[in-house]
Amino acid sequence: MAASTPMRTKRTVAVVSAGLSQPSSTRLLADRLVQATERHLVERGFEVEIVTVELREIAKDVTNNLLTGFPSPSLSTVIEQVTGADALIAVTPTFTTSYSGLFKSFMDILDPSSLVEMPVLIGATGGSPRHSLVLDYAMRPLFTYLHALVAPTGVYAASEDWGSNPDDVKPLPERIDRAGAEFAAFVERSDRAGRLVDPFAIPVSDGAGVGGFQAQ
Amino acid sequence: MYANALNSESAPAVQFGIFTVGDVTTDPTNGETPSERDRIKAILAIAQKAEEVGLDVFALGEHHNPPFVPSSPTTMLGYIAAKTERLILSTATTLITTNDPVKIAEDYAMLQHVADGRVDMTLGRGNTGPVYPWFGQDIRQGIPLAIEHYALLHRLLREDVVDWSGKFRTPLQGFTSTPRPLDGVPPFVWHGSIRSPEIAEQAAFYGDGFFANNIFWPKEHYMRLIGYYRQRFEHYGHGSADQAIVGLGGQAFMAKNSQDAVKTFRPYFDNAPVYGHGPSLEEFTEQTPLTVGSPQEVIDRYAGMREHFGDYQRQLFLMDHAGLPLKTVLEQLDLLGEEVVPVLRKEFAKNRPAHIPNGPTHAALVAARDAAQDAELAGATRTAAPVAQEA
Repeated sequence: MAASTPMRTKRTVAVVSAGLSQPSSTRLLADRLVQATERHLVERGFEVEIVTVELREIAKDVTNNLLTGFPSPSLSTVIEQVTGADALIAVTPTFTTSYSGLFKSFMDILDPSSLVEMPVLIGATGGSPRHSLVLDYAMRPLFTYLHALVAPTGVYAASEDWGSNPDDVKPLPERIDRAGAEFAAFVERSDRAGRLVDPFAIPVSDGAGVGGFQAQ
Repeated sequence: MYANALNSESAPAVQFGIFTVGDVTTDPTNGETPSERDRIKAILAIAQKAEEVGLDVFALGEHHNPPFVPSSPTTMLGYIAAKTERLILSTATTLITTNDPVKIAEDYAMLQHVADGRVDMTLGRGNTGPVYPWFGQDIRQGIPLAIEHYALLHRLLREDVVDWSGKFRTPLQGFTSTPRPLDGVPPFVWHGSIRSPEIAEQAAFYGDGFFANNIFWPKEHYMRLIGYYRQRFEHYGHGSADQAIVGLGGQAFMAKNSQDAVKTFRPYFDNAPVYGHGPSLEEFTEQTPLTVGSPQEVIDRYAGMREHFGDYQRQLFLMDHAGLPLKTVLEQLDLLGEEVVPVLRKEFAKNRPAHIPNGPTHAALVAARDAAQDAELAGATRTAAPVAQEA
């Protein structure tokens, strides 16, 4: 029993939503992506815990962290929840051809190594379908830089996708479901939350310490 | 044991003092910016005041970019040495990455002689990106530079003739760093870091001190570093974890009446480098060791530090940044020296176990070396005394 690690049957999915208005279509898209992911993970036999972060609610703490270099206690909790999750769903509004400044600010305060191997599902919203490449020109390179594993399918929702003039060949619900199914397969393989390393952990062996020092 | 040997009767158990970054900052209350000369003279006056009010240590930063003036710490510390009698002169920090370790060995051994041994140093990497290339180095090699440069510095201060080659500096053949350290005992070395376990490991490996600046960030961050250093100090056989040599920074602004302190300091806080224009003074004082209030509030906050970090050897305060005028800083030092430190000395002495070493002094290090040599001459088993060991 002690020799083998039991299969983890639970997955924690962090959701970062950078919408500014309330209610927000960015949050709406995030919620739909969560539902699809959760449904497919449950089908695969996983228990799912969702942690949702509305960046608007911590915007001031994010700015303070940029200025001081350390997070407030509540922001620190949020960062631990996001970086310690098994998977991340990240959704931003499109502002001036890119992710929002608040979204980028949040990414900027994370340790650059803290999302390594993190499965990420990217989503974005915008006023016009002509901005849909924001996913592949802005969001995907950002997470690739951080060595996260970005799911091939991201979802972009323009205002019209929510009603009046939807894409009837590939409607939004279909795209969301495809993204959720693909992402669930990613998340199933992710065990990163079970093997996070504490840089201040005392070395287990009596061998060399960090920096290559050898006991005399 | 080395740690016990640091206890001598005359030296204070915990050394109290101040450390300065040496920033030239506009006073936000009147728009006045001191000249470099004014600021340099102010720092020299502040150091002398530190001794006058009964503090034990003055530590000076080293920077190579405006708005900071102290690019040449031993020049300023040499002047202070001549003007003081008891004050230990230290640094916060000496850049082990971009300085040549040969020049550090020479400068600080020289300062030791000038100051009759009242010298130690805190080594740091420096976090200003362009300083590395300005001095021909690469910030991405910060940790390897700190490790290799200190390995050389450690030898230069202990071996009369050094043959050496490494990755970052031109080799040495038959080199003798002059002058040799006073009484053959190198200045005590603290390693300062704000985030790197590698530097805590380095301090532990050599049995040197570790200094956490303990300002601007929550103390919990520094507690992890100190905890790590203490464990590794024991691992490398220099004593028990609670005997590791720990120094902490701190930051305070005081007035007799707590409300007056807040009112006076707020414009400086709001416009300060590092944290200005961000969190409120109330948030920042709650989240970091900055304490703004009455002397009693500072006493209460800092008397509690030993519970978070264990009994330690040195407590330095940042008192003179953010454009505070010299007159105000000198008044702050009066309060610190007359009302805060005497009480903290008593508080820190309460229940301090006898096996906890005192803050390191040259006299104690010489005594430790002599004791180790006597023991050896007497044919006794050689005890662990890294200070006296040939590397």
